[in-house]
Amino acid sequence: MDKSTLKVKAGLAQMLKGGVIMDVTNPEQAKIAEDAGAVSVMALERIPADIRAAGGVARMTDPEIILAIMDAVSIPVMAKARIGHFGEAQILEAIGIDYIDESEVLTPADEKYHINKWLFKVPFVCGAVNLGEALRRIGEGAAMIRTKGEAGTGDVVEAVRHMRNIRDDISRIAGLPPEELMTVAKEMGAPYDLVEYVHREKRLPVVNFSAGGISTPADAAMIMQLGADGVFVGSGIFKSENPSKMASAIVEATTHYQNPDVLARVSRGLGSAMAGIAVSGMPVEQKISGRGW
Amino acid sequence: MQGSVKVGILALQGDFKEHADTLKKCGAIPVEIRLPDQLKGVDGLIIPGGESTAIFKLIRKYGFERKLLEFNKSGRPIFGTCAGMILLASKIKNEGMGLGLIDIEVERNAYGRQIESFEHDIELCLDHKKEDRLFRSIFIRAPRIIRFGNSVKVMAEFDGQAVLAGNEKVMVCSFHPELTGDIRIHKKFIEMIKKLKMDKREN
Repeated sequence: MDKSTLKVKAGLAQMLKGGVIMDVTNPEQAKIAEDAGAVSVMALERIPADIRAAGGVARMTDPEIILAIMDAVSIPVMAKARIGHFGEAQILEAIGIDYIDESEVLTPADEKYHINKWLFKVPFVCGAVNLGEALRRIGEGAAMIRTKGEAGTGDVVEAVRHMRNIRDDISRIAGLPPEELMTVAKEMGAPYDLVEYVHREKRLPVVNFSAGGISTPADAAMIMQLGADGVFVGSGIFKSENPSKMASAIVEATTHYQNPDVLARVSRGLGSAMAGIAVSGMPVEQKISGRGW
Repeated sequence: MQGSVKVGILALQGDFKEHADTLKKCGAIPVEIRLPDQLKGVDGLIIPGGESTAIFKLIRKYGFERKLLEFNKSGRPIFGTCAGMILLASKIKNEGMGLGLIDIEVERNAYGRQIESFEHDIELCLDHKKEDRLFRSIFIRAPRIIRFGNSVKVMAEFDGQAVLAGNEKVMVCSFHPELTGDIRIHKKFIEMIKKLKMDKREN
């Protein structure tokens, strides 16, 4: 019997496909998410919009909060560790978390290196803004990727940009003659064997969800049509007027992303979505999608 | 394609694309099913792996329950993997009823959290005799069959417990044959579909 193989780690992400992973800060919210049809919850002390507003150093959530959320639901529970902070990741593994998000939403602990994810039994999901970054993370052992978008803004524009980046990079590499792959790997800063994989299979070797700014059923449907395997909704649910209704509607939209009739039905009468902050015009130092190396 | 069967895959959530790829390798035509009306015109159905609570919620919302019972009653087989097995079971431990299309009681997440998920080579017994080759089976937060009735035939075991089983019209397994590239179990399901189709024609 072999535990914690890449197949088993990446396999859980495959089971989450076509689903919605929701940020929650307490057991009550976790129940609302599960009842609305979330496939997993991300256990957090504060949702990204509040992390943004609070400023200061954002760290791993208190294990007490995470454990209470794990007790409250039967779906898998994820939690965030800071970029490069293997100490936080070890603690999350010790409490039996199902997935670790090495996340740019928290304040990075290392400005040069990410966590060596091969050393862990628990699978990791990591953010990426383009194919090179995604393949570097997979090279380090990530079993799932999420495009970063711009967390806590409610503005989908960066999520779209990053999903298109990855899609365009994949189709470009798929069409190249083999002799060009090494140079592409060098330029992208990506492991050669993974560039070769993308060339051959025309897709990423692991599941890719979209994150950072999705806050309506229409956002979810659009990003799914752009090729996402599923979506993370952070602040979009519990910063909306009616979280339970919004959560159910985004779940249905993620399933029926190609069916405008269903999308029209679920979009009606949801109350207001999160207010949000437009990313356009946001000073570079306030953007968090640039964190990650 | 003449003679090939159309197999629906419940595509509400989960790894339905992996099942579609496996079916194509078997020469069958996969059809994604998201609303009950789409069940018309397919010869059998796969309920994939995914999160059973999320899938069950959508099944209820769209009124799939009654349609699936009719579908199966009319001689069209259903194959459930992992979450799909939980949904087809007659009883789910501590949670109540499943669709009841196969007389088994299952326990969700019976092997523990993700950290306990595993791969293992198991023996298959698809046609009343042991297969020569082992099957690499992948168990992810897997359910376990804790009781089964007389109508149920066991086709594989792990740790002394049934992990692949079926009756005349339903197949279930705890693990994920769609993640392995090994098409033997899907082929068995397609045989089941073809046989029931033939029986229907003869009657």
